[in-house]
Amino acid sequence: MENILNIKDLSKTYQSGGQPLTVLHNINFAIEAGSTAAIVGPSGSGKTTLLGLCAGLDRASSGTVELNNVSLNELSEDQRAQVRNQYVGFIFQNFQLLPTLTALENVMVPLELRGEKNIKARSLELLDKVGLASRSHHYPAQLSGGEQQRVSLARAFSNSPKILFADEPTGNLDAETSEKVVKLLFDLNREAGTTLILVTHDLELAFKTQRIIRIKGGQIVADERLGEPIVK
Amino acid sequence: MNQLSKQPINFRWLFTMAWRDSRRNRSRLFLFVSSIILGIAALVAIYSFGDNLRQNIDDQAATLIGADLVLSSNKPVTPIIQKLIDSLGDEKSEERSFVSMVLFTKNQGTRLVQVKALHGGFPYYGELETTPAAAGKSFRNAREALVDKTLLLQFNTNVGDSIKVGEVTFKIAGVLNKAPGQTGVSSSVAPIVYIPLKYIAQTGLMQKGSRINYSYYFKYNNPVDMVKLTKNIETRLEKEGVNHETIESQKEQTGKSFADLTRFLALVGFIALLLGCIGVASAIHIYVREKINTIAVLRCLGVKASEAFLIYLIQIVGVGFIGSIAGSLLGTFIQQLLPVVLKDFLPFEIAVTVSWVAIGQGIVLGVIISILFALLPLVSVRNISPLNTLRLSFEETSLIRDPLKWLVYVLIYLFITGFTYLQLKSWPQTIVFTACLSVAFLILAGTAHLLMWLVRRFFPFSLSYLWRQGFSNLYRPNNQSVILIISIGLGTALICILFFIQGILLQRVSLSSSGNQPNLILFDIQGSQKDKVASLTKNQGLPVISQVPIVTMKLDEVNGKTALQLKKEDNKNAPPHHVLTREYRVTYRDSLTNTEKISEGEWIGKASAGNIIPISVEEGFAHHNRLKLGDHLLFNVQGVPMLTVIKSLRNVNYNRVQTNFLVVFPAGVLEQAPQFYVLITRVPNSKASANFQQKVVRSFPNVSVIDLALILTVVDELLNKIGFVIRFMAGFSIITGLIVLIASVRISKYQRIQESVLLRTLGASRKQILAITALEYFFLGALAASTGILISLAASWALAKYKFDTTFTPQILPVLAIISFISLLTVLIGLLNSRGVLNKSPLEVLRRDV
Repeated sequence: MENILNIKDLSKTYQSGGQPLTVLHNINFAIEAGSTAAIVGPSGSGKTTLLGLCAGLDRASSGTVELNNVSLNELSEDQRAQVRNQYVGFIFQNFQLLPTLTALENVMVPLELRGEKNIKARSLELLDKVGLASRSHHYPAQLSGGEQQRVSLARAFSNSPKILFADEPTGNLDAETSEKVVKLLFDLNREAGTTLILVTHDLELAFKTQRIIRIKGGQIVADERLGEPIVK
Repeated sequence: MNQLSKQPINFRWLFTMAWRDSRRNRSRLFLFVSSIILGIAALVAIYSFGDNLRQNIDDQAATLIGADLVLSSNKPVTPIIQKLIDSLGDEKSEERSFVSMVLFTKNQGTRLVQVKALHGGFPYYGELETTPAAAGKSFRNAREALVDKTLLLQFNTNVGDSIKVGEVTFKIAGVLNKAPGQTGVSSSVAPIVYIPLKYIAQTGLMQKGSRINYSYYFKYNNPVDMVKLTKNIETRLEKEGVNHETIESQKEQTGKSFADLTRFLALVGFIALLLGCIGVASAIHIYVREKINTIAVLRCLGVKASEAFLIYLIQIVGVGFIGSIAGSLLGTFIQQLLPVVLKDFLPFEIAVTVSWVAIGQGIVLGVIISILFALLPLVSVRNISPLNTLRLSFEETSLIRDPLKWLVYVLIYLFITGFTYLQLKSWPQTIVFTACLSVAFLILAGTAHLLMWLVRRFFPFSLSYLWRQGFSNLYRPNNQSVILIISIGLGTALICILFFIQGILLQRVSLSSSGNQPNLILFDIQGSQKDKVASLTKNQGLPVISQVPIVTMKLDEVNGKTALQLKKEDNKNAPPHHVLTREYRVTYRDSLTNTEKISEGEWIGKASAGNIIPISVEEGFAHHNRLKLGDHLLFNVQGVPMLTVIKSLRNVNYNRVQTNFLVVFPAGVLEQAPQFYVLITRVPNSKASANFQQKVVRSFPNVSVIDLALILTVVDELLNKIGFVIRFMAGFSIITGLIVLIASVRISKYQRIQESVLLRTLGASRKQILAITALEYFFLGALAASTGILISLAASWALAKYKFDTTFTPQILPVLAIISFISLLTVLIGLLNSRGVLNKSPLEVLRRDV
């Protein structure tokens, strides 16, 4: 199967108090299209930085990131924004819905940016899938945490992304809500055939993916393939 | 990369997003824009008023001048001019005006007034507005006078009582409410008394040396080409020293002076607008900080940096536009008040109409200025990284790294300079204004930064928690120190400068009357009265401090050149021709007085007739008129030519009541020339002054008296009138400052909610949180007011030293009162606005998505 994400010799160094601080050292891995993977590691291990680089949110200090055969290193910030809009979906730990937009409008934004037609119906359909069609005109502040994350799922899938990045998607939810959101995430993912990359320190969640990349001190310490994941 | 097609900017979507994004922040956005509403309102009101003035001047110029043509001269007209006068106009009137003492017979009060002796039907346009109305016409045919209403009030005199002018007693026929071209200010400086011209000889006031202005008013029954007419007679008039005015020239002159007035007022309004703009910039800065997360999410979803920037720019333009419309509407309302505020300066009643041009200017200006000032914080939007969705780290892009910010600063500076130039029409003045404004801004901003640095550097750790928290609020993230100190400080500085200048001017006049300084001047004393006036003074127990002879003369040639030759040459290095068209009042003596010092050349106190006479000229007059040592001046002393040479330049201290002269002759040459005298004395109190003045006016009706107490009253009245207008305009700045203050406090409320709630959750009482807030705003208010006052003290000191040539000693009590008032006001506004936070339960706020 073709790789959707190719990471080669990836390093990231920040300036901290005038001193260089390397948070990622020579990372190499590839993700096959349509597969699911989890990046796990303790706090401060560099996993969120790695996610930001893979999704084109930041520029690497050295090495390459190739997403859907597009080398992100050579792109300007605006071009990377276009890549994100065309190929990438995001789910964040703190939901990151736009507070001034209704649930429906939040879902519509990625499609509007692409200039697509008939977006309202498609967005409503997605909200229906996540069980929130009746709350489509509510603002994020009027929704519970779980509901906000479900809107966030609908938004992430709205532009039919090739790859979905989820940063601690259940980090801010209780166990019961987490379970529902995870099920929804994997169901939608399967249905859409999207590649899913999860960043988490919740091993139970990580085991639901096909592959676990363990990272510690900015380096990959293990890369396990688990076969077909089991989703309850 | 060929998989990424170039996507054009979708403006429709940007507008939709701008609208959606503003949805839950509109009240806050309007709060930002409220800062500029008053500034726009002030400018629209002034521009509209200026438009109305132009319109009214065009419509009413004829009533300002009262005739089609006016000829005037400060000496009796020659036969040539008399012949010309006889040939002009279908109707004509003659007037002689001069200053003289009048005596109110009812209560023996005396006052220096402007007497106008009139013959003929003047004014031909408009009228002498009197009570009763018929008196304006009827007084000309009887021994009656019209007396300015302020005089009648002052001396508690009524129509039917009488007034003595010179040797003649006139019945008061009516109250003079308004004469052509007269304003409230001019009537308080020189109140007018009209008498019929036929009694002028009997008054005995037309003596040699008296300063009389001769005016002739003409009316044409059929339209006449005035430009052509005046062109034909111009040379003759100029040669004989006669001025001429027409309705057109009056229109131009009045228009010009009122254009200056409206420009000055517009500049004061502009300061209010600038203050508001700082408010906008600061508010948008906080707004952008609050929007970082939204912008980062949008960037994650694929919005380009320029698109994110445009979304917020559209919001600013929209809100700026609405704010400008609101400002223009308010300005149109305030415009109705301006004729009332300025009534003492206007020679006619203003008909107020809506000026669409002014409203248009206000809206365009409001939008431009809100964009310019919002751009400063808004350019940072381009640099907000999508990474902020994962971890929030908003670092201000440094100026060096973002050239666009420099460009915005340059644009703002260019805009301010350009706008100021449009008001002042003079580059030196524009540069001085913008430089002063920049210095004031820099000092205030510098003070704010210094305060933050000092508090951080020398943090008072030993103080109690409340004080520490209050102090630390001054420099922590989202502090308002800079904006509040600039806006409150600038407003305070403006008001205080006005207050101090008024004080300086009054102090300057009153200083001259302190101690044993002279305070009463008697002038127009004829040669024959010299000794009698002196003995009357001594008999009253008053000192004759000095009695100075004055000889009036004209200057015919400077270095062999006549006025016409100088005018023709128009040489920038030669004296201007008007040096030769004025009358000179000269004295002669053998020594300098104690108010004079020789600054150049050598003082020569004695000379004899027949030789070139060495004279001394006042240095300021010499410099202004490009006269220098060694220049030869040919004076005409009432028909006798006298060739003189400038041998010395004198520095004269004008701060004392003293007869000061531009030109001083040596003793030995003018003793035989026709002359009159000035006597200077000192009266101990107002009662003695009134008593002495009555005796002088009764015995010597032609002698005029200037009482320093009168000057003080006039100056005070004048300054109050000017001060009222300036205070009205400065009020816009002050209220804008308050709005900026309220807006800043309200905006920061959103920042403070979390903190206050956390404090309350941790057990802080309402009282403690109120105390922290009060302390913070007290520091800010007190520091801003103190800095503003320091700026105003420095500016007033500089004005006193370099402009008014006097010392400046500020009054401490008003200064302390201002500081206390502004500090308390700041605390009050701070507390009132923070009240909302305290009234909510911590849980309610913690649950709410702010």
